[in-house]
Amino acid sequence: MDRIPILRMGPFLLVTIQVDLYDRLALDLEADLVKMVSKTGAQGILIDISAVSIVDSFMGRIIGNIGVMAKLLDAETVVVGMQPAVAITLVELGLPLKGVFTALNVERGMDLLKSKIQLFEQDETDPENDSDDHITE
Amino acid sequence: MKRILKMIATIISLNKDPMPVAREQDVVPFRNRVKEYAVKIKMGLVNQTKLITAASELVRNMLRYGGGGEVLIEVVSRGRDSGIRLTFKDDGPGIPDISLALKDGYSTGKSLGLGLPGTKRLVNEFDIKSEVGKGTKVTIIKWANG
Amino acid sequence: MGVEITKILKKSQAALLERWMKNQLADMGLREDLMSNEDLRAESEELINALVKSLNEKNLSEPGSSDFDHVIEILGGISISRARQGFSPRETGLSIISLKEALIELLQESVTDPKELVDISLKLHRLMDSFVITTFETFIKGREEVILRQTDEISEISTPVIRVWEGILALPIIGTLDSARTQVVMESLLTEIVESGSSVAILDISGVPTVDSLVAQHLLKTVSATRLMGAECIISGIRPEIAQTIVHLGIDLSEIVTKATLASALLYAFKTLRLEVRKPAVKTSF
Ligand SMILES: Nc1ncnc2c1ncn2[C@@H]1O[C@H](COP(=O)(O)OP(=O)(O)OP(=O)(O)O)[C@@H](O)[C@H]1O
Ligand SMILES: [Mg+2]
Repeated sequence: MDRIPILRMGPFLLVTIQVDLYDRLALDLEADLVKMVSKTGAQGILIDISAVSIVDSFMGRIIGNIGVMAKLLDAETVVVGMQPAVAITLVELGLPLKGVFTALNVERGMDLLKSKIQLFEQDETDPENDSDDHITE
Repeated sequence: MKRILKMIATIISLNKDPMPVAREQDVVPFRNRVKEYAVKIKMGLVNQTKLITAASELVRNMLRYGGGGEVLIEVVSRGRDSGIRLTFKDDGPGIPDISLALKDGYSTGKSLGLGLPGTKRLVNEFDIKSEVGKGTKVTIIKWANG
Repeated sequence: MGVEITKILKKSQAALLERWMKNQLADMGLREDLMSNEDLRAESEELINALVKSLNEKNLSEPGSSDFDHVIEILGGISISRARQGFSPRETGLSIISLKEALIELLQESVTDPKELVDISLKLHRLMDSFVITTFETFIKGREEVILRQTDEISEISTPVIRVWEGILALPIIGTLDSARTQVVMESLLTEIVESGSSVAILDISGVPTVDSLVAQHLLKTVSATRLMGAECIISGIRPEIAQTIVHLGIDLSEIVTKATLASALLYAFKTLRLEVRKPAVKTSF
């Protein structure tokens, strides 16, 4: 049976979706990613959907689920490369795509993930910074 | 009623292509077929995407709640406009309260409840008929430049 | 029947053209600004040739006959090109009507029997009237096409996406923002975001006369779509009266970054991209 390959890049996992997903394939991806995050301790997931021409509520829900599940395991999720027509359609459909960050392309997505992790590490190691944050909030 | 009949009369169907959808694996080939027709009538990319996404929602509902059914793909024209009409018909349990099902967030399947209301926003014409115990029929039209 | 219209026409084809030319020039004065005398003559000659060729005793009373397809085609060409050249519908219609007059005049000179003259004139009237109507129909179609093309052009011109800085796009919206316009705005903005790799977009609405809840909804949609692509969208150009209506209507824009002016939006964009704009150091101090 087909499976979508998950690449490991340092602390991140990279998934490139190349085909229009069958439901089974999408559900498998969700399960595989979560298992992989837990096994590798990855801190971020990058999902490249630049080749995906249709995102319906089912696909949207899977992507959202991945984001929320990863977050429970301490990893951030970034969805990159959404096509303009897909973005316009999702907004009209009313799909919020919660729980994930977005970026223009893989490179920017990487940068975004790195900055998220850095922020997180700073927070942990620098208590002063931490309290500053609280004041400004 | 007369007015509705008149409206329907002015929409001419140029091509009928029925396609049974019984399993989840039928969804992607069905979407591809819709895309072929949309390209044929020179529908723009954004409208194509909207149409196929709407079709995807309805075909999923048909599989999930209606136990599968048949979709009729038609190329229609009205005056200068040409468009795609899709009719989704199943013999499933039907929908008891249509206006409730059309509300954002209403779902009996623990889902987002976006399919029907979202579809309505994505297409130019939307019509749903359902009878409890008999089945459901949803018809949508997307005009090439609408 | 004693009179053969085909013969009469063939014989006096040249005279017919002269007469028609004279009528046309008298009717509208030659619109040299729109069309030269030679062009008009060439066009007229083509039509007369086609008409003389296709007209016969039988189809004289059948304006719908397929014998006239070629004539109709030429008529269509004439009216579409006149519509584009800027002739008025009256001018275009009159020029075909004056062909009818030229034809009738010609018949009056060639047919002596009054009964036959009435009979044949009546038929010719009907035929030519049907041609005039066809001319009007195509004229309107030609105009419609002009309007459609202009509408497209306007909506394209009115949504220019400007690359104000590396990574920053600006889109000034002038006029009302309805749902069709929003589609165009979204499409061109998102496409440009991909092409330029920009991460901040500024929508300037100083040229939008009013913001009601529908317009606000369109703005929110555009912002959401931009975010889905992975870019930030700022709304600038919020005039005080617009701020008032927004609050009075209970529209919630708290989810998006809004700025009073394009300048302050740009400043915000610079900050987001960690860019700084500074005056160069000058020797004389304050
Ligand atoms: N073909 C159908 N037959 C029977 N019931 C249906 C059918 N289509 C929709 N329904 C009912 O209407 C409700 C709303 O459908 P809708 O597509 O809006 O949401 P959903 O499918 O539950 O969630 P989502 O589409 O967001 O995943 C469904 O939960 C279901 O109860
Ligand atoms: Mg659904």
